[in-house]
Amino acid sequence: MNKKLSLKNAGTFLVFGGPSIFAFAAVVIIPFIVGLYLTFTNWDVRTGDSSLIGFTNYLEVFRDKVFLQQLWFTLKYVFFTVVIANVFAFFIALALTRGGRGEQWLRTGFFTPNLVGGIVLGYLWQTLFSQVLPYLGAKYGWELFQTSWLTNTGTAFWALIIATAWQLVGYLMIIYIAGFTGVPNDVLEAASIDGAGRTSVIRRIILPLTVPAIVICIFISLSRSFLTYDINLALTKGGPFNSTELATYHIVQKAFLSNQYGVGQAEAVVLFAVVAIIALTQSYLLKKLEVES
Amino acid sequence: MNANRRILSGLRTGFLYLLLFAFLTPFLLIIMNSFKTTQQFFESPLSLPTTINFKNYASAFDNMDFMQGFMNSLIITGISVTIIIIFSAMTGYLFVRYKWKVNSIFFFLMLASMALPFQVLMIPMVMLYGNMGLLNTKLTLLFMYLGFGVPFGVFTFHGFIKGIPYELEESAFIEGSSTLRTFFSIVLPLLKPVFVTLLVLDVLWIWNDYLLPSLVLLSPDQKTLPLSTYTFFSSYSVDYAPLMAGLIMTIIPVLIIYLFLQKQIIKGITEGALK
Repeated sequence: MNKKLSLKNAGTFLVFGGPSIFAFAAVVIIPFIVGLYLTFTNWDVRTGDSSLIGFTNYLEVFRDKVFLQQLWFTLKYVFFTVVIANVFAFFIALALTRGGRGEQWLRTGFFTPNLVGGIVLGYLWQTLFSQVLPYLGAKYGWELFQTSWLTNTGTAFWALIIATAWQLVGYLMIIYIAGFTGVPNDVLEAASIDGAGRTSVIRRIILPLTVPAIVICIFISLSRSFLTYDINLALTKGGPFNSTELATYHIVQKAFLSNQYGVGQAEAVVLFAVVAIIALTQSYLLKKLEVES
Repeated sequence: MNANRRILSGLRTGFLYLLLFAFLTPFLLIIMNSFKTTQQFFESPLSLPTTINFKNYASAFDNMDFMQGFMNSLIITGISVTIIIIFSAMTGYLFVRYKWKVNSIFFFLMLASMALPFQVLMIPMVMLYGNMGLLNTKLTLLFMYLGFGVPFGVFTFHGFIKGIPYELEESAFIEGSSTLRTFFSIVLPLLKPVFVTLLVLDVLWIWNDYLLPSLVLLSPDQKTLPLSTYTFFSSYSVDYAPLMAGLIMTIIPVLIIYLFLQKQIIKGITEGALK
């Protein structure tokens, strides 16, 4: 068991680890290293020429007003998506962990949007926003829905958030439910004997005891919404006039449509750094609130 | 008191079902309208269809090459999930039972890579594989899914295998069983609960994935279902009725799996997230 790796058991390593480590290295490690290198070159797809140019690509990223605007747009989108999805998921989960009748069915139902991939989901909401809601607006004279939400930057922004949050809610709900079931029953009973009301039970007992679930849910919703691509593609296609391009969408366009691989990759690295900093800060801050049950 | 409480809980359940109904309205609207003509949809998107005809489904089926997309998705999802599960189980076992330095290095790298977004890897990946002329085959895509799926798989199996007592394998070794045989006849059968978790998470991920296949599979006959949906919508963008039928058809396969596996799916998500 604790034998040293030698020629004799190198076979074991190759047989058990070979295929997965090889694939992992070829798909994750090497592209990661090459990717970092790429950000310091001016690689040209058509000619294949490439030379080191230092931090020029990164400077270009921070000089590119469009990218910075889209990064800011992405940050706002992520913030609202994370807050809305988590608040709804939290309360739906709370309502669905009381052991009432039909709970299993309700959970199953709220989870269904997660079976649908981003492309299908995006087109589904596109149909609703561009056809069904304007129909309602015209029929009942609701000004809010008179024109399609997707033709105006401000409303298209909310359309994106609604579609993403709609999918995330069910997923986060499942995790919150798991967190709530971990709250010991005797603590809840003791609180109700002491005459604590529903709100104070949630605020003083359930919230502090489910901090781990909250950390995970915020982390998942953060990283998922930061990397949204297909919902964006199917729902707004970045329009009107490229005003709803999320960061990932912008990077894909930059790299694969305008062939600026180096700059695109530098943008991806910047995006990654932003996600990492935000995710680490949130889990650090929330972990401080954690208590032992 | 008791009767009051029962009424209250009945009301609450009723309210929750109402909420669920509102939540699922987008699906209902799409289903309803997939049976109408596009003209009827424009005139009254909220009314129930007067006749149930499957014309839109037939037209979507032909125009989006549903069968081809479905078969490609089925093959790619089926094979990648199988190889991810088998190879990560083996590697997870290797990492738990053999405390070699290489093993801990790779285990650490795999853990760290889980925080890495796909967006950081996609450009160099497409560049490298494109230069080697390896794009546009299913084989490359399968290999990539293996590489991306392995870290989480190994991590999950690692956690589970740690809890299996070594004595079980030891007795097999004493009787002269090879490591490979011991693994397949003793360890693998014990891993069933983890299989289901990974199966569920990986199927949902790979079946619905759009970005990676869109970068790797370039020719029309290779398209997976999400890619066919995209092409279908871009080329028929005004004829809504068949488009909605197309959406429903792409959802149905996963929905069927869900109805059979819903308990495991929910369990899988919980375990996958809390690990």
